[in-house]
Amino acid sequence: MKRVVVAMSGGVDSSVAAALLKEQGYEVLGMMLRLWSEPGKEDSNRCCTPDAMALARRVAAQLDIPFYAVDARQPFRSTVVQYFLDGYALGVTPNPCLVCNREIRWKFLLDHAKAMGADYMATGHYVKLREQFPAGLDSGTNSTMQLLRADDRSKDQSYVLHVLNQNQLRSALFPIGNYSKDEIRSMAKGFSLPSASRPDSQDLCFLAGEDYRRFIKRNDPESLVAGEIRSVDGRLLGRHSGLSQYTIGQRKGLGFSSSQPMYVLDKIAETNTLLVGFKDDLGRNELTVKNLNWISETPPPETFWADVKIRYTARETPAEVTRLQDGTCQVRFDDPQRDITPGQAAVFYQDDLVLGGGIIV
Amino acid sequence: MKKNIYLDYAATTPVDERVLQAMHPYFSEEFGNPSSIHAYGQKAENAIETAREVVAEVLHCEPAEVIFTSCGSESDNLAVKGVGFARKSRDGRNHIITSKAEHHAVSLTADQMNKLFDFDVTWLNPDEFGMINPQVVADSLTDGTALCSVMLANNEIGTINPIGRIADICRRKNVLMHTDAVQAAAYLPVHVDELGVDLLSLGGHKFYGPKGVGALYVRKGTPIIPIQTGGGQEFGLRAGTQNVPYIVGFAEALRLTDLERERRAAHVKPIRDHIIGNVLESIPRSLLTGHPADRMPNHCSFVFEGVDGNLLLAMLDAEGFSCSSGSACKTGSPEPSEVIQLLGLSRDWSLGSLRITLGQGTTVEDVETFISHLPAMVEKARNLQ
Repeated sequence: MKRVVVAMSGGVDSSVAAALLKEQGYEVLGMMLRLWSEPGKEDSNRCCTPDAMALARRVAAQLDIPFYAVDARQPFRSTVVQYFLDGYALGVTPNPCLVCNREIRWKFLLDHAKAMGADYMATGHYVKLREQFPAGLDSGTNSTMQLLRADDRSKDQSYVLHVLNQNQLRSALFPIGNYSKDEIRSMAKGFSLPSASRPDSQDLCFLAGEDYRRFIKRNDPESLVAGEIRSVDGRLLGRHSGLSQYTIGQRKGLGFSSSQPMYVLDKIAETNTLLVGFKDDLGRNELTVKNLNWISETPPPETFWADVKIRYTARETPAEVTRLQDGTCQVRFDDPQRDITPGQAAVFYQDDLVLGGGIIV
Repeated sequence: MKKNIYLDYAATTPVDERVLQAMHPYFSEEFGNPSSIHAYGQKAENAIETAREVVAEVLHCEPAEVIFTSCGSESDNLAVKGVGFARKSRDGRNHIITSKAEHHAVSLTADQMNKLFDFDVTWLNPDEFGMINPQVVADSLTDGTALCSVMLANNEIGTINPIGRIADICRRKNVLMHTDAVQAAAYLPVHVDELGVDLLSLGGHKFYGPKGVGALYVRKGTPIIPIQTGGGQEFGLRAGTQNVPYIVGFAEALRLTDLERERRAAHVKPIRDHIIGNVLESIPRSLLTGHPADRMPNHCSFVFEGVDGNLLLAMLDAEGFSCSSGSACKTGSPEPSEVIQLLGLSRDWSLGSLRITLGQGTTVEDVETFISHLPAMVEKARNLQ
């Protein structure tokens, strides 16, 4: 019997994932990460409050599978939270979930799962896997694991998993990628799981439901250096309270008046300047992507067309992608794109297939 | 389905079949309330008074010195608070001596009395084996000392304390002596006069009795007030209708433990020594915690440097071995146990603790399987650090 560790959260998705695997005849073990929370806010970390852990434990008991908590507080703080703070200090808008998936969930926890004798680790992510064999074969050893978007596009989570490599994917199972959220919810009821009615989660777990700006004020106050707000044509319009306190596309709360609405266009870390402009200035046709990960571990052709997604919630848009000598990619859209945000990921798709992606410069 | 091997008898034990049989009639047949006047009540009363005599015989005391409680922790609370409050109001003594290695049922009770009720507490440091030296007790006694509470055997590291000598020192200063014998009673004699104690706590489920029942020995003449007030049950020291079937089970379990004490110890002790020798030899950077000789005959406890004890427990469980650890934490935020930190070990050692406790169901074959798996698992857990 193959042994699989399910990364549980107490939520409906990972609970149903565990139930499905058990039904499929795997020996299922539940594990849950204890992540870092700010001192005094341990009860409100969205993913791993004592309540969520108690719920996950109840789900495991209901499914008659063992359940273990794993202490990831220190590595989570030093990788994920540090990445988040460093990114904002450098004037970009980081996506810590990417680092969490790569370093914590699919490395730290996967290592623990392997040590527990697991053949696979599963999560409740909405994505699919396909094993692709060399042309003409339907089995063999030279296969490639392909990451595919979920059938339920509205729930697809491939954006945050584009950071995975072949080794990680070979150990991965994604049991719920073929189902819609509604189907998962009704299955949860069918399995009588106590998590069936919990709402979906959205924000970063360690923000505990709070605005990220206040988190930065508390945890990295030195990064908040006031500076100038300037327009595209160089006019000094006001003062800002620290670049991290603003997001690209932000209109409200800029602290100066103007005849027409003005938006944050860019954060220039070198001069600590917040660049603002009018709505028409927001769009750009091009962007550069660094730190690329190609899921097949074989880079695509030098120039190719792909559907590109530039934020977790953005709709993907066709673009021409050119791989450059320095290892970055140039992405060119037909039409200007709003809210291109350095620090967020650009992920490349061809139909259902996730090619890979990187970080917007 | 894989077989689970239970190696956590210090946490709890299965109820002995004979104990279960003894309890059975008192659920639905002889179900009376011992306080009732009628025939049902009299039968129930007879059952608990018989149980009290049985327990008294094992403890070598009078039946009227045995108070039934709901568990070992309640017994500890009643002893520490009941005597502390009584002495404070009667003769102004408000000083308590206890050790840093006590079960929380004693240490957190003393801590509360210190913080909320104006008691002074002296916290004794154990030596590197987790043992309390009688001399440090002698050095702590004052004219205001009401009570000294030191456990007979430590639950985490198995060390047996020289309670007789500590009690002697206390008696000379008119200080009452309590010992938490919850862990010890499964294998050590609990003869209250030989131990010289005034109060002694027991919990049924540590010696093949049911959970949810305990007892406190209270020497005649000991100043003590009830902590749970209400009806006059248990000589006015513990209000509430007695849990008749569980009290019957408790007494039968203790009787059998006393009767079979030597045979039971002879079963586990060689297995314990085999595990200790084997682990220390086959696992690099391992140490025995607790006293090498003066320890519970069913108790092995180790620390492994650079190992997350919580992870090791999970790995062992996934392979069917049910053990325990001083830093065990179900919510993934392990801290080294206070007791293991007291032994002078660094965090890197003290987080990697493992407790293996044996019982009458332990077989040599199961233990061989266990010790053949353990070194590789420790190594795996170590590599994840």
